[in-house]
Amino acid sequence: MITEKDVLHIADLAKIEISEEEVQKFKEDFQSILDYFNILDEVEENVEPSFQVLPLTNVFRKDEVKESLPREDVLRNPKHVEDGYIKGPRVVE
Amino acid sequence: MISVTEWRERLESERCSDMLSELLERIGESKLNAYVTLSEDAIKTAELYDREELKGKLAGIPVAVKDCITTRDLKTTCSSRILHNYIPPFDAHVVERLREEGAIIIGKTNMDEFAMGTTTETSYFGVVRNPHDLERVAGGSSGGSGAVIAGDEAVLSLGSDTGGSIRCPASFCGVVGLKGTYGLVSRYGLIPYANSLEQIGPMASNVHDLILLFEVVAGKDERDSTNAGRGFRFEKKEKRLRVGIIKEMTAKDDVMTKFNESVELIESLGHSAGEVSMKSFKYALAAYYVIAMSEASSNLARYDGVRYGHALDQLDSWTRYFSRVRAEGFGDEVKRRIMLGSYALSAGYFGKYYLKALKVRTLVKNDFQRAFKDYDVLISPTMPSTAFRIGELADPLTMYKMDVNTVPINLAGIPALSLPIGFANSLPVGLQVMGDYFSENLILNFALEIEENLDRGEAFKQI
Repeated sequence: MITEKDVLHIADLAKIEISEEEVQKFKEDFQSILDYFNILDEVEENVEPSFQVLPLTNVFRKDEVKESLPREDVLRNPKHVEDGYIKGPRVVE
Repeated sequence: MISVTEWRERLESERCSDMLSELLERIGESKLNAYVTLSEDAIKTAELYDREELKGKLAGIPVAVKDCITTRDLKTTCSSRILHNYIPPFDAHVVERLREEGAIIIGKTNMDEFAMGTTTETSYFGVVRNPHDLERVAGGSSGGSGAVIAGDEAVLSLGSDTGGSIRCPASFCGVVGLKGTYGLVSRYGLIPYANSLEQIGPMASNVHDLILLFEVVAGKDERDSTNAGRGFRFEKKEKRLRVGIIKEMTAKDDVMTKFNESVELIESLGHSAGEVSMKSFKYALAAYYVIAMSEASSNLARYDGVRYGHALDQLDSWTRYFSRVRAEGFGDEVKRRIMLGSYALSAGYFGKYYLKALKVRTLVKNDFQRAFKDYDVLISPTMPSTAFRIGELADPLTMYKMDVNTVPINLAGIPALSLPIGFANSLPVGLQVMGDYFSENLILNFALEIEENLDRGEAFKQI
């Protein structure tokens, strides 16, 4: 059973703030979706997992210096910019 | 619908810029809501064509691009509030290719938010309406890219397909759409939702045009480390094929009636048909959603309201700022998938969900490999029904289940296309054709033959 506490824990893991009403709504959605996922319990254990499907291993490119994007192009998008740098939120409380 | 041939014929006697103005005028009056952003440079590009300064395989052809594909200096939103103001400083590989071949990028098409949906109803910019019935959805997640073809608002379009997002709108809108073998089209510049599943692919009014666009976008690109390192060239080949009908991929009766008619047509063309059963498909839908949500939870962690997209006026502590930006910026379906993905990957549940889903992926791949020993191509109805009414699929799980015929293809990474085969109750029905890895030439030849011999009837009527 998914509890309200579980939903709040999941929201915290995902870093998404949710309201009281959203907790109720997501609780019901999660329960029905996870119940459906339980069909996976029937799958035999003795199978190799496939992380990807192409027979590719260790794709390398040459370690060459290439031109990167101009600073002014990149700084067009962030809202908080100071002295040519992107300004982020406080990491330490 | 406008074919490349028709557009080119008109270009011989008319100015490209006039034709484009006419197209933009039609889009301006449209009720489809298929575009999120129109390009202000489109007319200028058309003028280049008029001055004979635009060359290439797609010279002067208007192409619409799904809004999760990065376009330099042209807003790219993924139909999400969190990217509502994002203007990329670079082009996706496929967009570079379009420009190199002289295409006119007309605008960015509406989609389910971050490609998470089957109806385009999760878009921050509202639902895309189906050109065949405005009260119905155009399918998703590339709903805009399907609707612009069916609604005469572009000649070609690009979509992306994570679990059916090209084939579903192709089916619902009565157009052709292809998801190629995983790795054949570079994902560089495709804003990621579930990397191991998704591919960019072409949508068009007919198979010839589909081939043209696929030849342009498929190819080597070292900036995508999962790129297959090869391109695609079409070769016309007549071959009698062994066609497998997948027992587990079914549809409602009205869709099955059309599907069975196309099987009769296929047999009348000299191909042989047989039934094949895929035991692993019982688990494919659950496995697909576990993998897609898990990858989404990791991919969408990048939206922090700092480097681009929706931001708050005041910078706060990291946790509060990050959690609030995401609460405001993401819609419900995106939140659901990020949260369920975080849960599936969290301590104690990895083995129960994610690892099991990856095992199912092996089983699905093995089932396809077994089937391709006996059959050259496999077929099914693309979607279990025709286009839904807007608002018809109220709860998330019911919507997920509509992807049942399309997701096994993405789990295995094989190519598949959807071809319109007629109408059921005035709504288009799509045939899904699947092939082994890198067998695009075979399935496109097959689709071309069916298209040429189909009694198009109302299938290609003017809307």
